[in-house]
Amino acid sequence: MPDIIVPSASPDLSGRALFPHRHLLSIADLKPWEIRFLLDEAEHWAKSNRGGARKHDDRLAGMTQINAFFENSTRTLLSFEIAGKRLGADVVNMAAATSSVKKGETLIDTAMTLNAMAADVIVIRHASSGAVALIADKVDCPVLNAGDGWHQHPTQALLDALTIRRRKGGFEGLIVAICGDVLHSRVARSNMLCLAALGAQVRAVAPPTLMPPEVEMLGATPFYRMDEGLEGADVVMMLRLQNERMDGAFIPSPREYHMLYGLTLERLAIAKPDALVMHPGPMNRGVEISSVVADHPERSAITEQVEMGVAIRMACLDVLTRGAREVEGWS
Amino acid sequence: MSIPTPNKDPMAMTKLAIINGKLADPAGRNVSGGVILIEGDRIVAAGDVAVPGDAETIDAGGLVVAPGLIDLGVFATDKPAFHFGGITRAALMPDQSSPLDDAGLIRQATRAGKPDFWVHPIAAATRGLKGTELAEIGMMQAAGAKAVGTGRQWIADSGVMMRVLSYASGLGLTVVTHAEDGGLAGKAVATSGETATRLGLPHAPACAEAMAIARDIMLARATGAAIHFRLVTTKAGFDQIRAAKAEGLKVTCGISPAYLFLADNAVTDFRTFARLSPPLRSEDDRKASIAAVADGTVDVITSSHDPRGPEDKRLPFADAAPGMAGAETLLALSLNLVREGHVSLGRLMTLLSANPAKILGVNAGSFAPGSAADLIFVDPDMPWIVDSTKMAAQAGNTPFNRMPVQGRTRKIMKGGVFL
Repeated sequence: MPDIIVPSASPDLSGRALFPHRHLLSIADLKPWEIRFLLDEAEHWAKSNRGGARKHDDRLAGMTQINAFFENSTRTLLSFEIAGKRLGADVVNMAAATSSVKKGETLIDTAMTLNAMAADVIVIRHASSGAVALIADKVDCPVLNAGDGWHQHPTQALLDALTIRRRKGGFEGLIVAICGDVLHSRVARSNMLCLAALGAQVRAVAPPTLMPPEVEMLGATPFYRMDEGLEGADVVMMLRLQNERMDGAFIPSPREYHMLYGLTLERLAIAKPDALVMHPGPMNRGVEISSVVADHPERSAITEQVEMGVAIRMACLDVLTRGAREVEGWS
Repeated sequence: MSIPTPNKDPMAMTKLAIINGKLADPAGRNVSGGVILIEGDRIVAAGDVAVPGDAETIDAGGLVVAPGLIDLGVFATDKPAFHFGGITRAALMPDQSSPLDDAGLIRQATRAGKPDFWVHPIAAATRGLKGTELAEIGMMQAAGAKAVGTGRQWIADSGVMMRVLSYASGLGLTVVTHAEDGGLAGKAVATSGETATRLGLPHAPACAEAMAIARDIMLARATGAAIHFRLVTTKAGFDQIRAAKAEGLKVTCGISPAYLFLADNAVTDFRTFARLSPPLRSEDDRKASIAAVADGTVDVITSSHDPRGPEDKRLPFADAAPGMAGAETLLALSLNLVREGHVSLGRLMTLLSANPAKILGVNAGSFAPGSAADLIFVDPDMPWIVDSTKMAAQAGNTPFNRMPVQGRTRKIMKGGVFL
């Protein structure tokens, strides 16, 4: 692993002025130095998370973190829960399947209920684009977007950026190919904006049926053939293909998709020899990625992404609650 | 074919003379001085005419006097909003909680505006608006329906649509249709483009409109039917309409002010008040819409009034219901077209009143002798600010919130009587 040169986030700013946001809703809201600041903060947590059996830092002690997941999730929910607990917060999970949402309560009513329970930070995932911002408008505490529809998944982009920075040292001139179902992917939208802001050359690689129109506006160059998109890439980021989109709706079949767009060892050879392989999970092995690539000991950074997820979420929870905790310079 | 009703108002033959008004005659271009003479509920003369000695005079005080607005395609009977907006007749869309597919429902709808304004229901073209079986269009016409409509939806089955057009033409009714190809539009809530991509919203290409129009024009040609595309919003759509008109087909189209003054970037920040159907279009299409009004391709400007409360609008964008409360802002926003030099005031009144009357087959929307004495007295320059929290409508879902506008209806007369 190369030495990490952490660039100074922004020399002239400190405290609240360095990260003047109440919520974390979209990468589009963040300036490049604000993204770098969060990565620097997370770097600290990445180290402490590796620091042995005792990983607790209780700076959020006494605060209540509610994870309100209106859409199923395993790893993101778990990651936010572990992040909150390592910081000492009281973490409560609300899963849609067991909530009053199923009984017809409106999203706003649910938001008001969470707010009335005096949460100090709320983490939300919802199947509808814009739903998290709608809730953020109605509550008194910071809101973290853990994924809204096809729109944004900012902590995923941040953890991906942190993973890339640790492996590659920086972003300038780096070629990152984001491959697969870009159209329906909030991970892709957040990553394109984030990586372009940090100075990487971003490619969106997808069959035309899964490419969003005017993807260039998000900072990515479109490629419709996998081999062309992989040419010279430093990072190959694969996206999950949802089951319901495989059977004739957007692509003819999983096997044809694998033939044309699946990341195999042979195909990976088109990218740079040291190209990093990433995937936000959960993977469809044998569809968008072959097992031998996913499990490649040197090339695959997939488990490291999961590890960095906890660090990034700790950083975001810490930074967003500094005002409420009256940290010097942040109130 | 008007049959005198036995219990006619004894004051019906009162003679009125409106003096000192600036007449906005749809048949003319700019306002002109003159007098409007009314007998009973009808206009008998307008323009440079002498005031009869036995007429009661009404001083318009220098206001613009125009035919009441005839709003072709509203989704709710919203008395306070229509009153504020100077709308004297509203063609009600069949998309009601019970679709207007039955003579009884039509009869009931015609009474909903009484006594303040006229409701002209649009009969559902198909049972339950499902797009499969013909509804009892003839019986609904007898009950007061003034047009036939496909509602918010496009009829996907071309065979059904052809029979709707063909059947309606036999009854002399115009078919009011929604121009979005269903297969392309699907569950889309935005037009394909940068905004939809940034926001991650389900989207459909703008050509969904022109495709629907192309098919329906061919069916109109084959059947000889009159067809009205309620909202046309794209350059490609207007090109189709222009060509069909040049060919002499009975094709008309409308638009609402939202598509003239807003583009798809108005939905940035997931503003559900700007969630419309069809969705807002690109800036290029917005400009093409203005051009289509200016060159006469557009026949009708409608409010497409669809008041929606927070239960329908305070939701994630894609889950929110489409539609805007437009009745109150229809006139003021449309007057921008006159101020910006795109149309004359007379032409604007043709779009807002005379043409909708023709399409619906009602004797109104004009100063011609015999036309209904439904008039509005307008201060065209009066400034006011649209405020979604203080609207007269059933709900304040306007995408024009906080916008300064000019022009306000001061008085409304229906059938020779001030409301």
